[in-house]
Amino acid sequence: MADTTGQRARSTAGDLLFRFRDSDLLYSFLHSPGAVISAMVALTLILLAVFAPVVAPHDPFELASLDLMDASMPPSWLAGGDPRFLLGTDDQGRGILSTVFHGMRISLLVGFASVILSVIAGVGLGLLSGYAGGRIDAVIMRIADVQLSFPAILIALLIDGVVRNILPREAHDQLAVFVMIFAISISGWVQYARTVRSSVMSEKVKEYVQAGQVIGLGATTIAVRHILPNVLGPVFVIGTIHLALAIIIEATLSFLGVGLPPTTPSLGTLIRIGNEYLFSGEWWITIFPGIALILLALSVNLLGDWLRDALNPKLR
Amino acid sequence: MTLLTIKDMQVVFPSRRGDLIAVQNVDLTLDPGEILGIVGESGAGKSTIGNAVIGLLEPPGIMSKGEVWLGNQRINNLDEEMMRAIRGKRIGMIFQDPLTSLNPIETIEAQLVETIMLHLALSEHDARTRAIDLIEQVGIPDAAVRIKQYPHQFSGGMRQRVVIALALCAEPELIIADEPTTALDVSVQAQILDLMKELCQQRQVGMLLITHDMGVIAETTDRVAVMYRGQVVEIGETRQILGTPVHDYTRSLISAVPRPDRRVERFPLVTYIEDVIEDKPKFELATHWLGQTQKFQASEGPLLRLENIHMRFTTRHAMFKRNRLFLDAIKGVSFDIREGEVFGLVGESGSGKSTVARVITGIYKPTSGRVIYAGQDLTLLKTRSETQPWRRQMQMVFQDPFSSLNGRMRVQDIVAEPIRFHGLANSRHEVRELVLDILDVVGLGSGAAARFPHEFSGGQRQRISIARALATRPRFLVCDEPTSALDVSIQAQILNLLKDLQQELGLTMLFISHDLPVIRQMCDRVGVMRSGSLCEIAETEQLFTRPEHDYTKHLLALMPKFDMLPGLTKARRYYGNTQSPPSKMQD
Repeated sequence: MADTTGQRARSTAGDLLFRFRDSDLLYSFLHSPGAVISAMVALTLILLAVFAPVVAPHDPFELASLDLMDASMPPSWLAGGDPRFLLGTDDQGRGILSTVFHGMRISLLVGFASVILSVIAGVGLGLLSGYAGGRIDAVIMRIADVQLSFPAILIALLIDGVVRNILPREAHDQLAVFVMIFAISISGWVQYARTVRSSVMSEKVKEYVQAGQVIGLGATTIAVRHILPNVLGPVFVIGTIHLALAIIIEATLSFLGVGLPPTTPSLGTLIRIGNEYLFSGEWWITIFPGIALILLALSVNLLGDWLRDALNPKLR
Repeated sequence: MTLLTIKDMQVVFPSRRGDLIAVQNVDLTLDPGEILGIVGESGAGKSTIGNAVIGLLEPPGIMSKGEVWLGNQRINNLDEEMMRAIRGKRIGMIFQDPLTSLNPIETIEAQLVETIMLHLALSEHDARTRAIDLIEQVGIPDAAVRIKQYPHQFSGGMRQRVVIALALCAEPELIIADEPTTALDVSVQAQILDLMKELCQQRQVGMLLITHDMGVIAETTDRVAVMYRGQVVEIGETRQILGTPVHDYTRSLISAVPRPDRRVERFPLVTYIEDVIEDKPKFELATHWLGQTQKFQASEGPLLRLENIHMRFTTRHAMFKRNRLFLDAIKGVSFDIREGEVFGLVGESGSGKSTVARVITGIYKPTSGRVIYAGQDLTLLKTRSETQPWRRQMQMVFQDPFSSLNGRMRVQDIVAEPIRFHGLANSRHEVRELVLDILDVVGLGSGAAARFPHEFSGGQRQRISIARALATRPRFLVCDEPTSALDVSIQAQILNLLKDLQQELGLTMLFISHDLPVIRQMCDRVGVMRSGSLCEIAETEQLFTRPEHDYTKHLLALMPKFDMLPGLTKARRYYGNTQSPPSKMQD
């Protein structure tokens, strides 16, 4: 039985690829230059981030390799630059290019992880809320309303503040990434829950759901196997846009100093560190991580915008 | 002088997979005061002609060839500005759905006055007087009062009258009516058609009436053009086209319309339709697994008995009972269905017939009353394990072939789901065998298994729906308007299939429809429903020849009368006094 399942999964995957190649989505993608360019930029940045340990010329976390003699060097094409450090170095002699690659890695990790967490929580609660209705729906939606009345950054600051006070400093630095992911995802689930809930409510009155009831299927089976696949479209769109948002929230928090510590710097941390040197003439320390952040957030956001338009039949 | 002339019209919809020709080689003329019907099945291009005439083709459609003349002015090459002056002024339009063609946040008066002042140089006061006049002319009582109301305060039929008034605002020469009565109940439909006919004659307005309904064509039009795949295959006097059709397609189309006057064994198949599915050779019931349904023990009395069913929906929820609003969808319905018979339920929309189906199949739990199936009161069963064996015996075929199948599942998984769920097969292999077999039985063939529902047409989807219902080997099948979303030729195929299955498997069937001719062909006994209660239950032939209840008589009088059809005696038009059809006239 196991082998038949495997075979089936494979044939489904091949089939999916074929359907994708033939689909209107791919056609629309190839015919919108903005989407193609953003996808290329985003993909390049993501690949650079993922393979940072391989592609980065130096390892900024390998303390032994750091040399204070290299500190505060400008980009290599300026006077006093060193060809070893293309974008210059920071005050501790770390190559900016390498720190940007590693910083993006952490930013993307936080972004993806918090989006995934939000999606799981939001879709689950939205499905429950929309399908069960009544009291359960009312409770979940009131919680969502309360949640929405706090801005995401405030919630993240709150959680970070609480954790910071409870845990000793070293432990907090180690857990900072997880705290950050948790804080961002808890402020993000509401959107998914609301979207999924309203889609579920319009799906559940359709006749295929009634057909399931006539067959005798249980509520869980109907909700998960029949309704869920039909409401996931908008979730992908929100997810993409949310990814850009999550990266920016993380950068903001880190910039404010409540996010990730300098030992595991994300793009936001790098910008904050560099900010102190901006007026002493060492602009490259903060500008390059800033450009990386803009490119990343912008390309992912544009991709999300395109996806929203492409999946919206009214705008087609 | 001819009012409208269409010469050699061709409309194409460019797409990335090449140009789709929606309409070609169409030549039509229309005289003042004449009603020209355009009839055809879905996708034949009939609405496209209407849209091309008024210059409102859905993008990316373009009229790539031909000329449209209104009187002696050519109108298909005008710019948008000039075309807008013609639309509404010289050409009025009536669309299918009266709910969406009126602006919900403006009063009827505001909408009428705005249109009148836009097209006729009248003062606001005169425009208002004219609006009230128009509302009176389309037969809305208390015009001066009702004109101040909003669209939602009107019923469907009244709303369509308002739309007609709106179309008549500026004394147009031509009216294009696209399926004007399709969304309406039969009794309202008859009134609207009469009204449109009368207005056309009085005002010498020409009308292009686009419809799929042969009954509407027969009742209303002077001449008719039959469309098939974007071309007019036949055009002529309505009487002549319906009575002595020349083209094969017209002939098949007419033969597929269920006859209201007598019962036939089978519907003639429309052989001209490409995707016609030839009748399958009969399968050997004794050996076939579907035949194993028969092991159900025979029960005493009727198979299904409804006792005084009430169903009340809460339309507004509130904490306190007195603040809640209720809708009584079913008010005390009782009937029996005997083993092996086809019981019909007929009624207009909102009469509660679909709710009865959903109470029987357990989708809704009745507020009070008993549903007794094979001696067991289903309303007493609480847990899922108690209801499951009964659920398996009862299946349902739904109305809408598009929403009744889960678009994310393959056909094989849709059909296999009930088999797997009820453990009707022992192995994966056996499930697959059964699925392919059922698909074969419903005339789809095993090639359909791996495909997705959206790859199929409406009729084929309905076959998938039937396959899913058969997969549990049911004893009792509920069909809720199984063909009302389908074209007539497809309807004939599906009804034949249901008839065959019913006879060969000895199924007991509850057949719900608003269409009396279909009911006559399908059912052994019929119940007539009106606003939540049963008016009359009778043997089918008796109901159609000697109806007892006034409402039944009223419904029968409204059946389309194809008295020009070959070999058809002139059907009785009036049963008793139909001047005041009982109630439903509150609007």
